[in-house]
Amino acid sequence: MSIPTTRSTSDFAGVIALAEQIRNGDRTAVDVVEEHLARIDAGNPELHAFNLVMADSAMAAAATIDGQIAAGNPVGVLAGVPVALKDNLCTHGVETTCSSKILQGWKPPYNATVVDRLAAAGAIGIGKTNLDEFAMGSSTENSAFGPTRNPHDPSRVPGGSSGGSAAAVAAGFAPFALGSDTGGSIRQPAALCGVVGVKPTYGTVSRYGLIAFASSLDQIGPFTHSVADAAVVLEAIGGHDPMDSTSLPRPFPSVSGVLDRGVEGLRVGRITDLPTGADDDVNGRLDAAFAALEAAGATIVDVQVPAFTFGLTAYYIVAPAEASSNLSRFDGVRYGLRVDAPSTGEMMAASRAAGFGDEVKRRIMLGTYALSAGYYDAYYGKAQRIRTLIAQDFAKAYAQVDVLMTPTAPTEAFHFGDKGDNPLSMYLCDLYTIASNLAGHPGISVPYGVGDEGLPIGVQVLAPALGEPVMFQVAAELERLASK
Amino acid sequence: MTMTAEPPEAAAHDVDDDVDIVNGYELVVGLEVHVELATNTKMFSSSPNHFGDEPNTNIDPVTLGLPGALPVLNKAAVEHAIRIGLALNCKVQPSIFHRKNYFYPDLPKAYQISQYDIPMNIDGFLMLPDGKRIGIERAHMEEDTGKSTHVGGTGGRIHGSEHSLLDFNRCGVPLVEIVSRPDIRTSEQARMYVSELHDILVAIGASDAKMEEGSMRVDANVSVRKPGEPFGTRCEIKNVNSIRSVGRAIDYEMRRQIDLIEGGDTVIQQTRHWNETDGRTHTLRTKEDADDYRYFPEPDLVPIVPSADWIEEIRESIPVLPAARRAHLSTVTGQPASGEAISVVTARGQDEYVLAVAHLGGDAGRALIYVKEAFADGPDVPAADLAVLTRLEVDGRLSATQAKTVLAELVANNGGDAEAIAAAKGFEAMDSSALESVVDEAISADPAAWEKYCNGDQKAVGALVGRVMKATKGQADGKAVTAILQSRRDA
Repeated sequence: MSIPTTRSTSDFAGVIALAEQIRNGDRTAVDVVEEHLARIDAGNPELHAFNLVMADSAMAAAATIDGQIAAGNPVGVLAGVPVALKDNLCTHGVETTCSSKILQGWKPPYNATVVDRLAAAGAIGIGKTNLDEFAMGSSTENSAFGPTRNPHDPSRVPGGSSGGSAAAVAAGFAPFALGSDTGGSIRQPAALCGVVGVKPTYGTVSRYGLIAFASSLDQIGPFTHSVADAAVVLEAIGGHDPMDSTSLPRPFPSVSGVLDRGVEGLRVGRITDLPTGADDDVNGRLDAAFAALEAAGATIVDVQVPAFTFGLTAYYIVAPAEASSNLSRFDGVRYGLRVDAPSTGEMMAASRAAGFGDEVKRRIMLGTYALSAGYYDAYYGKAQRIRTLIAQDFAKAYAQVDVLMTPTAPTEAFHFGDKGDNPLSMYLCDLYTIASNLAGHPGISVPYGVGDEGLPIGVQVLAPALGEPVMFQVAAELERLASK
Repeated sequence: MTMTAEPPEAAAHDVDDDVDIVNGYELVVGLEVHVELATNTKMFSSSPNHFGDEPNTNIDPVTLGLPGALPVLNKAAVEHAIRIGLALNCKVQPSIFHRKNYFYPDLPKAYQISQYDIPMNIDGFLMLPDGKRIGIERAHMEEDTGKSTHVGGTGGRIHGSEHSLLDFNRCGVPLVEIVSRPDIRTSEQARMYVSELHDILVAIGASDAKMEEGSMRVDANVSVRKPGEPFGTRCEIKNVNSIRSVGRAIDYEMRRQIDLIEGGDTVIQQTRHWNETDGRTHTLRTKEDADDYRYFPEPDLVPIVPSADWIEEIRESIPVLPAARRAHLSTVTGQPASGEAISVVTARGQDEYVLAVAHLGGDAGRALIYVKEAFADGPDVPAADLAVLTRLEVDGRLSATQAKTVLAELVANNGGDAEAIAAAKGFEAMDSSALESVVDEAISADPAAWEKYCNGDQKAVGALVGRVMKATKGQADGKAVTAILQSRRDA
């Protein structure tokens, strides 16, 4: 099957539409799953969105849902809707690899909370999606199992680290997917693949069962074809989880009900000191978005948020530091890859040397150094103080505006190998997304047309902590404006 | 883990516990005591916290540090930890957890969740029974590791072993580490500190504090100095598994350090392993080999901020502590608070029983002695029955010897009427005038012995007492007989 070089997200039925069709008996869940499996069979060998396709269990689950509907039993809001799961989310009895050789073959004895909640809502796991190893990267080129290709142009990257999830939705392999976002890993690939991607407020979606990259930054969120679909998914997976101590003791903010409100009277912030580096066509789409929102009744307000300039530096201390600790458990003792050696210490070293890829090793070394005795204050301690400053910067900005708007990523999807030899240029892919992770704030990427090369460009809407309602309100309006 | 070669060891010496200064050196000791908290479940998961189960049965994804698993703090563990802090007169403050990072097979996450620069309890003290005050620097929470058993090789260590067995039942068991200030100056004080701490922990129900099961573990930081000089270089002694070993290990280590200094060498900061069998400490690792633990705040947990109300609630739940109980028992019995009888009876938790005997009209002093000597397994004798017995004795109606016989009956039958038992045994009430006449008869019967006794030959008293015992069929109270003889002689 040939993949069209550009594809409108409306080519495929979304979450809400499919769920309604199945619930109403217009289509069976088996039919829906079969349709998606057929597209996977045809397209995944080229795109490699999935590390693992769960065809048998998905068909069995679909039959169960159909039986419940036929029997007139109540079903969940996502009943029969397939979902693609990033391969760093634990799935009971189903291989979960983080796209790393060190975890190859590992089958968790438990589900991530989000996986349980999706199952309770009736969603059907259809496969585990590819990612940059341990979610470290912006192109999915760091996967130990080979890169994912962008459905809009298979010679280009889908972004990362949740590239497999973004590509799966864009290619119609699943109407929605879950990813994780530590510095932009949902929003950036969503932008590059032309789908909606949300990083919710830290603490609103349980991290239990998400294999940690940087615990204080990681947050799970959805990829969908529409803003409304993202709202439904977040309402299903979000809310307090007693298994995650950093989970906020409250339900997920209600967002589905605000989508039709428009932007009349809302203040949208344009950041005047945003770090430069975005391509002209990207800036062009952002300007168009501001103009459209203004025409729709919003007030555009210029604000300064110096946080974006410091953010990248602080992020590349905090995230590797936490990662160096989180990834220490992969030592060959209990699970995953073990390379035998004469002593325990040598076995651990040999297993980690063979099991981790270059980018993971680079970040483990950066993080280990940043936490070392004598360097802690200069690096980790200072980076944490910068996080406080970032929060203060945002607070000042949000005193003047309801939301901020930026490009999601500096460029359209780039070609394989373009940034592979230069980690720093790859790190700059997260220039506009990192600050909200450091602050714990939500962010959403909404497709807003195409760039000079005909590839999707995303616009990012940011809001303060628990500001999802106003963020979704603006995102939904942007979505309407983009299709005009 | 690298192991350094064993340096030549100093010969073992015997050191008197009670001597503060050895060869002009003063001992300086600080103790780090780890105690496992008596919770039903682990510190961060719902697996049982239970000693002695089949290996690897009390485990779950959190305990094993499986990818994606997250810790959730056990409130009961926090409560016990606060209770310990309050019982040790600490300030309880808002605190946070850190990660202590190091690789070891029985540490499945490769970091231990512990408290670092912002611990829960700070600046307390513990009073030794002799009145010496030992400062408590901190008492913080942390999780226990799993247990490694190294098979093959020597000394049960990982180095040189053929393979290792891992049991994660203990992994994640809640601990409190109680760090004393270096205020301890003799090995006897160190033993008293551990013993007193044990009794407090048991009394407040925070831990069963069994050194033999490892639910209480003592590391000793030992150094020596000339009095008035700054602290010397310290060595940390690990694997001290009994109160007796605390004293032995410290005495040995003190001697070793003195011999090093006197021999012109210097003490090197080390962690040393106490070997119970050879009675020596051995190098485990030197400071240069120490891990850089790369502490940083644990991002998976939120700060512990106990409310003032909760702390007060816990404070009110703390029972009377052993020191106060000993003082009270001392007042009631007239025995010294730091004496063996009161220490033993209070440690066994039998002080309430002695007080009950006194409350029922019995003699507290006699009851204390009886409970200490005959009730090691716990009293099954109703306090009222023992009260009757002590009264019979102090009223002179039973001799001490007779009373002991009756006591044995009471213990054997889980109580009974002491008067009836005495009557059944034919113990006649012998008042002091009757005993005096028997004593006078003995003096008349053996004037030679009396003469010697009056001339200061204490051995002669035995013959006279023997005659009295024979005449009374062993029922006379030996002490009372001696007292009468003395009063006759001094008259």
